[in-house]
This record gives sequence, C-alpha cells and structure tokens, in this order.
Amino acid sequence: MIKVEQLNKVFHLKTGDVIGVEDVSFEVDAGEIFGIVGYSGAGKSTLLRCLNLLERPSSGSIYINDTDLLELPQKELREARQSIGMIFQGFYLVSSKTVYENVSFALKAAGVPKQEWKERVTELLRLVGLEDKVDQFPAQLSGGQKQRVSIARALANNPSVLLCDEATSALDPNTTQSILNLLQKINRELGITIVLITHEMEVVKKICDRCAVMEDGRIVEQASTYKIFSQPKNELTQKFIATVLDINLPDKLRKECTGTVVQLKFIDGLASDSVVSDMLQNNQVTGNILHGKVDYIKDVPLGVFIMELKGTQKEVDQAIDYLYKRLKHVEVIQHGTHR
Amino acid sequence: MERIVEILPELNHAFLETLIMVGISLTIALILGLPIGILLYVTSQNNFLQNKTLKTVFGVIVNLVRSVPFIILMVFLFPVTQILLGSTIGPYAASVSLSVAAIPFYARIVEAAARDIDKGVIEAAIATGASPWLIIKDIILPETKPGLISGLTITAISLIGYSAMAGTIGGGGIGDLAVRYGYYRYDDTVMFTTVIVLVVLVQFIQYLGDYISKAVDKR
Repeated sequence: MIKVEQLNKVFHLKTGDVIGVEDVSFEVDAGEIFGIVGYSGAGKSTLLRCLNLLERPSSGSIYINDTDLLELPQKELREARQSIGMIFQGFYLVSSKTVYENVSFALKAAGVPKQEWKERVTELLRLVGLEDKVDQFPAQLSGGQKQRVSIARALANNPSVLLCDEATSALDPNTTQSILNLLQKINRELGITIVLITHEMEVVKKICDRCAVMEDGRIVEQASTYKIFSQPKNELTQKFIATVLDINLPDKLRKECTGTVVQLKFIDGLASDSVVSDMLQNNQVTGNILHGKVDYIKDVPLGVFIMELKGTQKEVDQAIDYLYKRLKHVEVIQHGTHR
Repeated sequence: MERIVEILPELNHAFLETLIMVGISLTIALILGLPIGILLYVTSQNNFLQNKTLKTVFGVIVNLVRSVPFIILMVFLFPVTQILLGSTIGPYAASVSLSVAAIPFYARIVEAAARDIDKGVIEAAIATGASPWLIIKDIILPETKPGLISGLTITAISLIGYSAMAGTIGGGGIGDLAVRYGYYRYDDTVMFTTVIVLVVLVQFIQYLGDYISKAVDKR
C-alpha cells in the first residue's frame, strides 16, 4: 500500500544544512491505521509531507499503490494526490468559501462534472455529520466542525490514503475523541488507510494498529501499538508510554516499603488470569498492591501492577520466580530487607 | 458664492477630467497590476510556481518604475504618449503615465495581500491535486478579495493626487484648475472649492472601498 524506502530530507538553509528526515523506511498495509509519534522537531511532519510530495525528499523512494511518486511528472502527480487525502492541525479551509464550496473545490480540482457535486458533497457532509452547515463560512464553525469539513474535503475524491498532520492537536479532549471516532469509522467503513502523526500517545492508543517513534529524523522503534505499549524498547518510547500509563510510585511511599517492590505486567489476555492469587497461595509471602492499572489498547487489556512482597528472602525469590514464569514481565523495582 | 456659481461649468469640466484620468488608469492598474502582483507572489521562493528569474525580472521592473518620481516619469513618457495617442495634452494623454505609475503600485499591494494568505491554505489546495491555475483562480483571488479592494481604494486615492500633478503639465482636471486660479491668480475661492471637492471625492472613495472590502470579507 505505502512503502517508503531509505527516505532522506535535508533542508539547505543559509545557516547550514538541517536534517529533516534521515534514512527512514517503513511500510503501511492497506486498511491499516499507522501512527508516527515524536516530539516537535523530530521530523514526523516533514516525513508525512513527503508522502504526498508537499515536501520533496532529497533521496529515497515513496510507493503508494505501487506507484513511485517521485517518478511522476507534474500532471500525473496531481492525479495521484487526488487519491491521497490530507488533513492538518490548522484545518486550512478557504475562509471566503462556504462549507459546500470548500468541499466541492476538491471535486473541481479532480475535474468531476459540476452536476455531480451536489450529491457528492451532501453525501460527504452526512458522513462527517455536518449536513446542516452546508452554507456556513468557516469562521462560523467550531474547531471540531472545521476539522470535519476538512475531512470531507480530503475524502471528496475517494482517496485510498488519508494523511493526518496533527489533526487533533488543536482540539479539546472531547472534540479530539469525536474526531478520532470519525477517523476510525472512515477507516473501517470506507477501508481507507490512515497515516497520522501526533505527539499525543492517547491518539495512538485509541486508534493506531501500528506505530513508529521518531527522534532526530529517524525512526527509533516501530511495532504494533500493543507491543509499543507493553514492551517499549527505546528510551524515548518508554517516555512517551509513561505519558499515558503513568505507574510511578511516589518516592515517599517507596521509601516506607520494607519488602521487595516488584512491577508486574499483564500482557495480552493475561490480565484476566488469576496469577497473583495463585502466587500467594503457592508461596509463604504476603502481597500488598501499591499501584495498579489496566488499560485497553485497541480493546486488548494491558495491566501493570506494583506490589510489595514480604516474607523470607527465599520465599520472596521463589515468588518472583513463579511470577516470572507466568508473566515473563516482572521487574524488581526495589529490593527489600528480608529476614 | 457668486464666484463659485461663475466657476461651476469649469469645475464640472475639471471634475470630469479628473474622473477620466483616475478611471482609466485605475482600470488599467487592475487589468495589468493584478496579474503582475499574483505573478510576483506565486513565483516567490517556496511557493508553488517558484521561479527566480521571472520573480527577479518583474521585481526589478516594478521597483524601477516605482522609484522614479511621478512628475519625472510623466515627462519621460511624453514620447511614448505622443506615439500612442498623437498628443501629450489632455486627460487621455495624462492617463498613459498615470497608468504606468499605477500598475506597479497596485501590483505590490496585490502581492502583499496574497502573502497574507496562510501558506497552509495553499498547501491544502495543492494536496487536493488542484492545478496552479485553479489555485490562483479559486483560492488566491477569493482569499485576497478584501485586500484587492482596499488596495484599489488606496491606488485610486493616490491617483487623484498624481492626477493633480499630471494636470499642471497639460492633463487638466481639478488639480490643474486649482493651480491655475489659486496659484497663478490668487483666487482663494476657487482654490478652496477645489480642495473641498477633492476632500469629498477622497472621502467617498475611501468609504465605498471600506464598505465593499468589509462586505466581501468572510474571515
């Protein structure tokens, strides 16, 4: 569907060369929602803008539907862009045009005959839930409504891909949720592949099938969203995960603990298993839950618990071994002073 | 009062001449200055029709014309006017140099107005696969409309000022009337009348311009 190979983008500025994207390769399958996360300046926006050549890469190749975009002459590139919709953080609607005119502009750009506009625009506005705003100007709409119009515009020519450039970053949490729901609906019902960039892990957690983490123009880690959340490898990824799954124990509380403090991760279906009670029954230790959370990442549970284990050193070690066998993801945060 | 009535036919005539001069040159400024302004914008760096050569050539020409003081430009253009119209006297002749001055003036205003469009709006249009021509016609022009209209107002008012200068060296119009009576004959009444007429005219144009500009502004 989308295949990016060894993509590089260097900006030649007066002050010197600045690397935007460095040696990035990834693939996105048809029908997938792929997220690219990173702090601002990581190069994710540049990378996304390369996917429809708003930014021309310095080297590398970009295949969308098996077409190498970089090989296309101007006219064919314009046609290819009609099958790649794009929405932005700033919405970028034309302020002098009504909602209808903003959406029909995309049809006009694609050379769709005028008599077909009305039906298509109505259909699109119904999809995004704005049928009643057809004759309003963008200035009369709220942020979420503007983003809906821009989604309608992006979908006008039945694209196979939708690129989202921080599409929810300018919206409040409620509106963000509703836009994410809409994107998910578009993905499921129309089968449109979505590539989105964001700095909010919440967005990834909610809708992305897979994601990549970017830093200094490079992709430092990419995996399924669940894997990224449950077993982040890169330090930056871990930092991002921490913004959503904050499971740090307050220092004061930790100092007061005399037992061994362990962090248990319940991955995939394990969250519903009775691992902890089994452990307590099989070992002469007492357990005390200090912190815990079960989060659902695209409907799959991910549980993280912090426990204090008390007992003799031997029993505690055995209990930890037992937990390790069952869970595979056990981390001793603090060793206790055991008898 | 009597003096005003006496001068009225001549004032009418002069007023009409001023309108002709301003009207013709404003129309030509719109017809030629608008495309040049848009060209300067779309060929600028990082824009969608980036073209350094075109941008430089037109930029230099615009700056050249704009740097010549109007009265000198007019004298300089006498031969051209002579070839074009067979005369260098009268409001039509004066319109030639007024137009030449107004084109680059308006072009720069158009360029500045276009630069005010959020770059993202242009990019969003590019992302839909629209052709450059469609982007100019359907995005840039409507988005700059308020600026284009207020720019036209500014140009019209500047042209009234220039037309007074043009009038003194053979163009006619209200400025010429004021100079002939007020300056050469110390006729204060005529002088004041012409000033009042000009003030009213400028106020009217400004008001009209502001009104239309505001009416088309949907931001």
